[in-house]
Amino acid sequence: MMTLRDLLVFSGGAVLAHRVRSALSLLGIAIGVGAVILLTSIGEGTRYYILSQFTQFGTNLLAINPGKIKTFGVPGVLGGTTHKLTLEDAEVVKRISGVEAVVPMAMGMGRVEAEGLGRSINIFGVTSDMPVVWRFAVAQGSFLPAEDVHRAVPVVVLGPKVKRELFGDRNPLGQVVRIVGYRFRVVGVMEVKGQVLGFDLDDSVYIPVANAMKMFNLDEVMEIDVAYVSAQVVDRVVEEIRRLLTDRHRGTEDFTITTQTAMLEVLDDVMRVVTLSAAGIAGISLIVGAIGILTMMWISVGERYSEIGLLRAIGARPRQIFLIFLFESMILAMLGGGLGVALGVTGSLLLTMVLPGLPVYIDEQYLLISLLVATGTGLLSGVAPARRAIRIDPVEALHAE
Amino acid sequence: MIELQHIAKLYEVGGQPIYALRDTSETIQSGEYVAIVGPSGSGKSTLLNIIGCLLRPSSGAYVLEGQDVSQLDDHALSHVRQHNIGFIFQSFHLLPRLTALGNVALPMVFAGVPSAERQARALDALESVGLADRAQHRPSQLSVGQRQRTVIARAIIMHPKLLLADEPTGNLDTSSGQQVMELLELLNRQGLTLLVVSHDPNVARRAKRVLVLADGQIVKRLTGAEFPVSSMPFSQGKTSEDETSRC
Repeated sequence: MMTLRDLLVFSGGAVLAHRVRSALSLLGIAIGVGAVILLTSIGEGTRYYILSQFTQFGTNLLAINPGKIKTFGVPGVLGGTTHKLTLEDAEVVKRISGVEAVVPMAMGMGRVEAEGLGRSINIFGVTSDMPVVWRFAVAQGSFLPAEDVHRAVPVVVLGPKVKRELFGDRNPLGQVVRIVGYRFRVVGVMEVKGQVLGFDLDDSVYIPVANAMKMFNLDEVMEIDVAYVSAQVVDRVVEEIRRLLTDRHRGTEDFTITTQTAMLEVLDDVMRVVTLSAAGIAGISLIVGAIGILTMMWISVGERYSEIGLLRAIGARPRQIFLIFLFESMILAMLGGGLGVALGVTGSLLLTMVLPGLPVYIDEQYLLISLLVATGTGLLSGVAPARRAIRIDPVEALHAE
Repeated sequence: MIELQHIAKLYEVGGQPIYALRDTSETIQSGEYVAIVGPSGSGKSTLLNIIGCLLRPSSGAYVLEGQDVSQLDDHALSHVRQHNIGFIFQSFHLLPRLTALGNVALPMVFAGVPSAERQARALDALESVGLADRAQHRPSQLSVGQRQRTVIARAIIMHPKLLLADEPTGNLDTSSGQQVMELLELLNRQGLTLLVVSHDPNVARRAKRVLVLADGQIVKRLTGAEFPVSSMPFSQGKTSEDETSRC
């Protein structure tokens, strides 16, 4: 019968015949789609930002923390004794096959001074494996020497910010800094890494973990970070760690193993839900837009009685009349959707220009979904007016003005 | 050929049955030229709408070209209208957003005629009504006479056998009304059956036959020549404005 192209041309012609009215009626859809795109862009941007914060450390990474975190609750406080997570535990983990590097870590805040300058900053107690595990390279000199982890060698590696503040442009290698009163010899300077999850790694110093434990009077490490060789071995490595450490802790599993991938998955899920919720709330405005189109189409059918009468007289089938009005509604919604995409993308880009710090990421997938939802909305809002159009009696319609 | 057999059309108004048309039988041969006249409410519009397959009779049979169309559904009636009947309206019913060419081609759009063929046929039809040079004009840019000729081009585009003209000169001045009637009569001479509903005795007199309706029935059958020149035989009562629409 009537081709799709003919339908589009005829319905599109009717939409174009009332440009201002059509434009006004599709504005609601445009605003709805624009809002969805803007909010999902911010949501996606935030998700990528957070994920990138974690993945800078690499993804083949897991952390062992003291205490057992079950479903919820605070480990070690409400129940059972916990055994200490020790440097020996880290030694044992390092011998598991598939483990690439291990960093037992203890940290605290303390005063760092050199040549009369000084202030309180983060002090990380780590081992020589740290650059491998944290994906963090040395810019000058070398990192901590690979010695027995129990040896408290008084050497320090400075974060680039600390180095600049204490030594300016001078070479700090071989110089002495005082950390909480103890003398340490500078062996290296780290490259710039920036803020990661609230810790300014550039404004920190790195000393052997044995020193840090002594300095802060700790009898256990705060965390053991483990880098493994590939994703294929992760399950076996986790099982080995669990078995060995449980054995060492007299049969109780009083530690928690968190793999980076598991953590990323949870975060990813959470962020997706947040983004989708925001999109859903914005999507409510689409309903308002749909009502706008419904109203316009309803009025339009009423105004075009005589046109409908004529079309029936010259042989248009009721089904064709139905499709004509359905297509008009759909075309309006698609134009609205298109305008909304333009608004949303422009808005997102403007937002990045005005607030460069705000992570914004436009996902084509959301553009497509918004357009599809808008089109579907248009189809739905066209049904009632189109049904009204086919119920019109052609004889009456031909005599209406 | 049109055969109306005991056609009646009944409306219910406030619970009371009102006959718009009662027990009407008539046969109109192919190629005839018939005028239908009568006062408002005489049932001539109802009769025209039934003949035009826009309205189903309440009872009786309507056989058009050998097919009983009196009880067909909407879809089937649309098909009958599309291929058998060309409509000419007093108020033109041209779509203002389409050009003359687009308006003439419109019936073919719904019949699924390919686009290229539509263009050619619509241009031919416009040429046959003397409007080839107005093909790209919109109705508002045409005179009323040109508009009605565009309507005639649209009415013949699907090659129907029957032309139904409802007050075709009602909105026209004398000279363009004359042109339109000559055009319709030319088409009649070429073989199309022509049915004209009119209040104008001058229009009715041109027809070969005149059916005079009153109170839902054909009360007189005259030849055109027999029809009174100056006044209608039913001139008492309402005027034409009640029943017909303007553009």
